[in-house]
Amino acid sequence: MEKESEFLVTFTVTVNGRQVTHTGEARLLLSDFLRHELNLTGTRVGCEHGSCGACTVLMDGQSVRSCIMLAVQSNGHELITVEGLGVSMQELHPLQTAFREKHGLQCGYCTAGFLMTLVPFLQENPHPTEVEIRTAISGNICRCTGYQNIVEAVKLAAESMSTEVSAELSATLPPHSHA
Amino acid sequence: MATRYFGKPIRRNEDPRLLTGQALFTDDVHLPGLLHVAFVRSNYAHAWIHGIDTSVAASMPGVVAIYNAEDLGDYWKPGPLLLPPPPVEGHVFHQRTQVPLAKGKVRHVGEPIVVVVAESRYLAEDAAERVVVEYEPLPAVINIEEALRADAPLIHEGLEQNLNAHLVQHKGNYEAALDAADVVIARTFRYDRGTAAAMENRGIVASWDGKSEQLTMWDTTQAPISIRNGLAGMLGLSEKQVRVIAPFIGGGFGPKIMMFYPEEVLLPWISMRLDRPVKWIEDRHENFFSTTQERGQVHEAEIALTKDGRVLGVKDVFLHDAGAYAPYGLTVPINSQCTLLGQYDIPNYYSEFHAVFTNKPIVTPYRGAGRQHGVFVMERLLDIAARELGIDRVEIRRRNFIPPEKFPYNNEIIYQDFAPLIYDSGNYAEAMDKAVQLIGYERFLQEEQPRLRAEGKHVGLGLVTYVEGTGIGPYEGAKVTVEVSGRVSVATGIGTQGQGHYTSFAQIVAEQLGVEVENVRLVTGDTAEFYWGAGTFASRGAVVAGNAIHAAAVSVRQKILRKASDEMEVAEEDLELSDGVVRVKGSPESAIPLGELAARSNPLRGAVRPGSEPGLESTDYFGPERGATASGVHAMIVEVDAETMMVEIKRYLVVHDCGVVINPMILEGQIHGGVAQGIGNAFYEQLVWDENGQLLNASFMDYLLPTSDTVPHIETDHVATPSPLNPLGIKGAGEAGAIPVGPLFAQAVEDALSEFKLEILEIPLSPNRLFELVEAARTALDVPHG
Repeated sequence: MEKESEFLVTFTVTVNGRQVTHTGEARLLLSDFLRHELNLTGTRVGCEHGSCGACTVLMDGQSVRSCIMLAVQSNGHELITVEGLGVSMQELHPLQTAFREKHGLQCGYCTAGFLMTLVPFLQENPHPTEVEIRTAISGNICRCTGYQNIVEAVKLAAESMSTEVSAELSATLPPHSHA
Repeated sequence: MATRYFGKPIRRNEDPRLLTGQALFTDDVHLPGLLHVAFVRSNYAHAWIHGIDTSVAASMPGVVAIYNAEDLGDYWKPGPLLLPPPPVEGHVFHQRTQVPLAKGKVRHVGEPIVVVVAESRYLAEDAAERVVVEYEPLPAVINIEEALRADAPLIHEGLEQNLNAHLVQHKGNYEAALDAADVVIARTFRYDRGTAAAMENRGIVASWDGKSEQLTMWDTTQAPISIRNGLAGMLGLSEKQVRVIAPFIGGGFGPKIMMFYPEEVLLPWISMRLDRPVKWIEDRHENFFSTTQERGQVHEAEIALTKDGRVLGVKDVFLHDAGAYAPYGLTVPINSQCTLLGQYDIPNYYSEFHAVFTNKPIVTPYRGAGRQHGVFVMERLLDIAARELGIDRVEIRRRNFIPPEKFPYNNEIIYQDFAPLIYDSGNYAEAMDKAVQLIGYERFLQEEQPRLRAEGKHVGLGLVTYVEGTGIGPYEGAKVTVEVSGRVSVATGIGTQGQGHYTSFAQIVAEQLGVEVENVRLVTGDTAEFYWGAGTFASRGAVVAGNAIHAAAVSVRQKILRKASDEMEVAEEDLELSDGVVRVKGSPESAIPLGELAARSNPLRGAVRPGSEPGLESTDYFGPERGATASGVHAMIVEVDAETMMVEIKRYLVVHDCGVVINPMILEGQIHGGVAQGIGNAFYEQLVWDENGQLLNASFMDYLLPTSDTVPHIETDHVATPSPLNPLGIKGAGEAGAIPVGPLFAQAVEDALSEFKLEILEIPLSPNRLFELVEAARTALDVPHG
């Protein structure tokens, strides 16, 4: 990270397997950087203060809330957004498939945040109980589904990921590389 | 034709786009040269504005323009009244609607005063902070029970008091019921309300193209066609010059049907003035003040009964909080008035309300739209009556149900659509029987509750009923087209906010045309795709737009059969539509793909026969004479922690009747979401205002929305009485989940804490409030702390 002037900074980050170098104001939020500079608009902003979880992305495999991080804080890290989760609209990640099968989304605005919260959760808890699932997503707000079908989707995803995907593959993300 | 698509739990067409982050929401629109807008909003609930100084802000980097009310010139005018008061004799109505930017006076915190346009949102907000507004604060009207007092501060000049409306409706003669009654019960009920808190805040991108003289606006509205029509009028443009697109919307729930928000008036004007596209995206803090809410009512209600629990009459006199302005007419209080009678055959009813102005944000419908207030009053009155008369709470409801043979049932008052409040169909006892059986009512009360109480547990059961007037007019329309590719396109005017229209509407078309649901592509909410319509509100999308789509699909089916009959020289009745082809029954080799038939219907040589049209396309409309009445029963079992007053929901059951179901998976999702919002409303959410009209909990840190660990698993079951008011037999389902949760909580918690003989007459509750109520009851009963 280089300091260009009093306000401008340059940083380099890997997003969905692609390395990006950006120069801009230090105050630029990570969510705004992803959405408006990289046009990765699948990450959505619901509250701007880290309460609703809609803006969750992965940084080095861990869930972080991009609305309360500065973009420069991602310098030298690896980010995965929802655009980097599945291969394509036809070839979804098992978690995405499970959300579709179980009707785990309605308006879809909070969905990316749920997915990016659940990816590391399922890696660490491949066979979660309902209580564990509900606790894991209790920091994400959804106003449409009442959570029930999200919970069902997570159960289905856990099942399909443990049977269809080898432990090795499910432990490494992304499942594909844009690089 | 065998049913293959309609009524099936088909997974959604829209999901791949949403799940991969490819769906376009308003804030995803990026245009070259885009400018950004931030607002200076009032810090005071009620104040004179003596001066506005924008000189420092105007000189800041990146600032392109700054406007206040004076700068708008003739364009500044109060917004339209969306709905006039209903034609009820003797009503009083004082019209006061919101303005684009406050001029001279502010009437609620968050009212916009100045708009700043800059090269980025960051710079616009920097500059907005440096605008100086000189206020003279005035005393504010916050408590609705004080709004009409003689000494209350006056919010709107030119009115004698803070009265928005006064309206009386009645059926039969309540005074006569009073004379004949064995028992009369009177109580005061308070129902406060929260905010819809759609995950996506509001937003607008307006883009004027001076060369083509076209305005395009992306807007998070639930009513793009009405917005286009209004904007064209305001801006002096032809409707054909204005295209409004409501793309994917991150939840609506009612407040996004409000119009015109100040921002919707200002953004296109700014774009035309600067000849550049402009964007405004509401932030969450703004949303707590500048998006409409639905709130307070206070009801003085009484019920007159015979000693065997037959209701002779109900009288209800209530106050309704309209907020600072009342652009939406009287929809919310009329819904309260018209939903109160619920599933009950009540011969005499007197209902009177005063809608009052307060120095709080504007009130317009939010999921339920006042219906829950009426249901709360009626269900609570029945619970209290049951207790006083020594009648079981299920039994007192059964004794008063409208019997199936009495439909259509005329309530003899006027509903929000100005049509008589006539219930079309229903079977209330059947739903009640199902609910009683599924929740294990008798077994719980006779076996489980005594056993658990003996273990020191405070467990209780609640069971309430409700109706929901849905699917009102005026109309919607749709165009269905078979494309040469064999795919089918459908366009309708309503917007969609997560209800699954891309799928349920596709199912309606697939059913008629025998194509796969995935091959039906739906466009909603784009005025360039469909010209006519009203909007998504009052649980009407599936009913009204659904039936319009059905009508268009039936017309296209007829065109296909006619054309194929000509081409194949067989009778229409010998043809069938299936697998994307039309063919002679029992003769697969005769099949013509629909795409090919579409091409033959649009020939390059020869002639289209007189009286026929090219292509396989039809546009049709549907307008119901009045709304279809859905209904249901909710039941739940709770355990209350008598130390912390936290309420844990052990079971939650919904037995619902919304007529014929298009997609049961989507329907259940609607119910789950509604119940979750109802739970928030009943026990977690409350907007807390201080005496100056400042909102004390305007963030998601402080305003408690239900989360995955507080919303229980919801069991659902159904009764289906098809509506005779539309060809598909559908009733709306969007709001039902949210409507009866308040009285359900009250009844279940009272039951769990029955030793304290609580009477819960207010919603929302909270652990704190419950603790206060229990302490008061404990003192009254002289029960020591255990």
